[in-house]
Amino acid sequence: MSKIRLQDHILVPKHELLSEEEAKKILETLRLNKEQLPKIKVDDPIAKEIGAKVGDIVRVERESPTSGKSIVYRLVV
Amino acid sequence: MIPKRIDSIRFEVLSPQEIRRMSVSKIITPETYDDDGFPIEAGLMDPKLGVIDPGLRCKTCGGKAGECPGHFGHIELAAPVIHVGYAKLIAKLLSSTCRECGRVLLRDSKKEEFISEIERRKQLGQEYENVVKEVFRITKPIKKCPHCGADQFDIKFEKPTFIYEADHRLTPKDVRERLERIPTDDLLVFGLDPKAVRPEWMVLTVLPVPPVTVRPSIILETGQRSEDDLTHKLVDIIRINQRFIENKEAGAPQLILEDLWELLQYHVTTYLDNEVSGIPPARHRSGRPLKTIAQRLKGKEGRFRGSLSGKRVNFSARTVISPDPNLSIMEVGVPLAIAKELTVPIYVTPNNIEEAREYILRTEHPRANYVIRNDGRRIRVLDLNAEEIAEKLEPGWIVERQLKDGDIVLFNRQPSLHRMSIMAHYVKVLPYKTFRLNPAVCPPYNADFDGDEMNLHVPQSLEAQAEAKILMAIQEHILSPRFGGPIIGGIHDHISGLYLLTRGEKKFTKEEVIYLTRRLDIDEIPEPKYDGLWTGKQIFSMILPEISLEYKAEICQGCEECKKENCEHDAYVIIKKGELLKGTIDEKSVGAFKGIIIDEIMRKFGPEETRKFIDNMTQLSIRAIMNAGFSFGISDEEIPDEAIQQIREVLDEAERKVDELIEQYREENLEPMPGRSIEETLEMKIMQVLGRARDRAGNIASRYLGMDNSAVIMAVSGARGSMLNLTQMAACIGQQSVRGERIKRGYTYTNRTLSHFKPGELGSRARGFIRSSYKEGLNPIEFFFHSIGGREGLVDTAVRTSQSGYLQRRLINALQDLKVDYDGTVREQTSNMVIQFKYGEDGVDPMKSFRGKAVDVRRIMREVLGEEFEEELEVKE
Repeated sequence: MSKIRLQDHILVPKHELLSEEEAKKILETLRLNKEQLPKIKVDDPIAKEIGAKVGDIVRVERESPTSGKSIVYRLVV
Repeated sequence: MIPKRIDSIRFEVLSPQEIRRMSVSKIITPETYDDDGFPIEAGLMDPKLGVIDPGLRCKTCGGKAGECPGHFGHIELAAPVIHVGYAKLIAKLLSSTCRECGRVLLRDSKKEEFISEIERRKQLGQEYENVVKEVFRITKPIKKCPHCGADQFDIKFEKPTFIYEADHRLTPKDVRERLERIPTDDLLVFGLDPKAVRPEWMVLTVLPVPPVTVRPSIILETGQRSEDDLTHKLVDIIRINQRFIENKEAGAPQLILEDLWELLQYHVTTYLDNEVSGIPPARHRSGRPLKTIAQRLKGKEGRFRGSLSGKRVNFSARTVISPDPNLSIMEVGVPLAIAKELTVPIYVTPNNIEEAREYILRTEHPRANYVIRNDGRRIRVLDLNAEEIAEKLEPGWIVERQLKDGDIVLFNRQPSLHRMSIMAHYVKVLPYKTFRLNPAVCPPYNADFDGDEMNLHVPQSLEAQAEAKILMAIQEHILSPRFGGPIIGGIHDHISGLYLLTRGEKKFTKEEVIYLTRRLDIDEIPEPKYDGLWTGKQIFSMILPEISLEYKAEICQGCEECKKENCEHDAYVIIKKGELLKGTIDEKSVGAFKGIIIDEIMRKFGPEETRKFIDNMTQLSIRAIMNAGFSFGISDEEIPDEAIQQIREVLDEAERKVDELIEQYREENLEPMPGRSIEETLEMKIMQVLGRARDRAGNIASRYLGMDNSAVIMAVSGARGSMLNLTQMAACIGQQSVRGERIKRGYTYTNRTLSHFKPGELGSRARGFIRSSYKEGLNPIEFFFHSIGGREGLVDTAVRTSQSGYLQRRLINALQDLKVDYDGTVREQTSNMVIQFKYGEDGVDPMKSFRGKAVDVRRIMREVLGEEFEEELEVKE
């Protein structure tokens, strides 16, 4: 059985891993500590798929009924 | 006093040593008072535990009643007993540890793994309960200790405090011994803090006795003492405890001792929690269950929800509400009797000392009730001492003067579901005994006048008064943050009144115009449209600020092609520069929840102007409706004989069709609909036929009722009721249903709803179709079916309110610590964790939005470009 890519599913929003510089920049602009971000588990299927490690920051881009597109950041734990 | 901040709270389990250390007296006798009425030493009312009787002094701290906070005592239990609150945890601990060496049934490496995972989660501030659960889960079935190799047996827990090991009952003593063997290092794996708890402390050997101040006895009128429930329970515990000691010393047989032990366990259990399942609650002599420790804390009236989260307050009043259309929406009518009781403090300064003195010397309504001196003493102002107090009055004193016109107060109706449930009003002191409010502010409070009561609070500090005036005033709450539209607006008669006034080209004489506009805040009357006669639309325009609008009114019939300004129903509203040119004013224009005009004024001119408009609108509308005359009676439901004849024909035909369908079904000629059985198909078709018949009957009736019928006016303008209500009164009530189906429950054996029908009858009458109208009256069978359907409605509302109430409570508890930060993010108050990166993902305040959208581009375009834009739009459309 071939494995399907979760992100291809219409109900799964786009997840992408941030590089260290990007992560630093984002935290600076948001004026946040890492710990203040919402969390995502390392063993979350989508986190596994994009190869996230504990301490990484993931950017989630999803459709929103109120604003069209919304961007959310999550800390991998 | 220096305010102190609590940094953190740690909960621990009291150890026996701790209990003894904080105890001031060992309690050994169950007696409370001697024959002279003095507390007995070493008894439950030991004077060392504090005092409640005035005059006596505490033997520990020397304080009088009221000064001494009370001190704990203790009871040495003759045999250990299990604490109910920890019973379940004890059972889990026993099944997860070795019965011989007491260590966790895990290899050391595995144990360390779990401990570090718990530590990690603690550091991240996350829950670690699931890890502990996992430990219990995997250690439970282990049959051999990995450390000492001892065989393990199944531990079973039975509510409330019984623990069995392979069918053998463990005594609390055995349990305690085993818990003692659990090494301190192993506690971490169960999520227990070794500094806070040793597991054997969960089995009680010493019982703390709360101070008498916690369980005061009350003296009845007869002079008898009545002890607190907790004292009663403690008496029971001491009695059994003493009996146990005596029997043990006398060398009584094991069986008797075990019985007493169990009894002791029962009493300690019910002392802690009298509502545990599995054992009968301890009762008072009268049969009332005792209120013990858990009951004091738990639930709505418990210490947390009843005494700490919410308390009773001073400077408040509650009474029945009634309407007063002559009040402004920002006012509240306060009965004189209440105004005389409630007070507002005046902080006396050299500048207002004369004013304060006047209040003290007054003998009538706005006078001073109390003065508070510099030393904090509160003196009642009476006619006797008024002059003396006025003389002595000096800056720094506080004079509590009675509530008077113009004071700001908070007005509230429960359930306080949203912020509009508590708003600030200005006081208007009135005679009689009810709070009075303008009916236009009923919607935000969800109030009516069928006996509703409301609360009133008087803000005491100047800060509170200012806050109330600025943030909580009525006009600040005209727009609801729920949907960004007005929640305060015309209701019932306001809508009917304006409808009658503005419909068509009604003409009014000068006298009438003066009468209608008497209470309005206007200075001049425009030029009459006709020779000496004004139109209703002109009169309404007098209260309109300069706004321009165009929309379809509530009465719009939804024609296929809208003729706009040439609408024959006068349902297309055109307002230009504050002039109502075309259309009728109805619910959609000025109603609460809809009110397009109110919305527009709010956006263009702000709260104050809107408030004025609503005030004017309510005043004008009630005069308009009184001028026109408006009433409703049974005769308004009358329809001509020919209409009745037509309705009868429609219903007859429907019944015939139903019979035909049943016939088809009996002959098995009925074609089932996709995905339905034949029975379901039949039911659906019958419902369809009868539903259509009811609608047709209704249409016939409404055709004959005509637009000048007052019920029709109310229904179409949106003031009250619907066309459906009307047709049910005049034409036909229709099908009664339970759970969306025709009524079919009844005699099961013969399969019929009532014995008046043939067994298995499926016809319309036999299943709850009501041919009659409310005006005609129902026959007994119809009446019966109607009450079945009506009951379902009642049950539904009762269930819904309780369910939604609890849902609301849970939501509020979950969301109360969230706030929108200045940077637009939603965060948790204490940890500053981000919940949403932008409030609602678009950062829009729904109250300031236009029907949920951030900006109303159309409105701004029109505002800026004026008429040009309208024309351009028309071209494009």
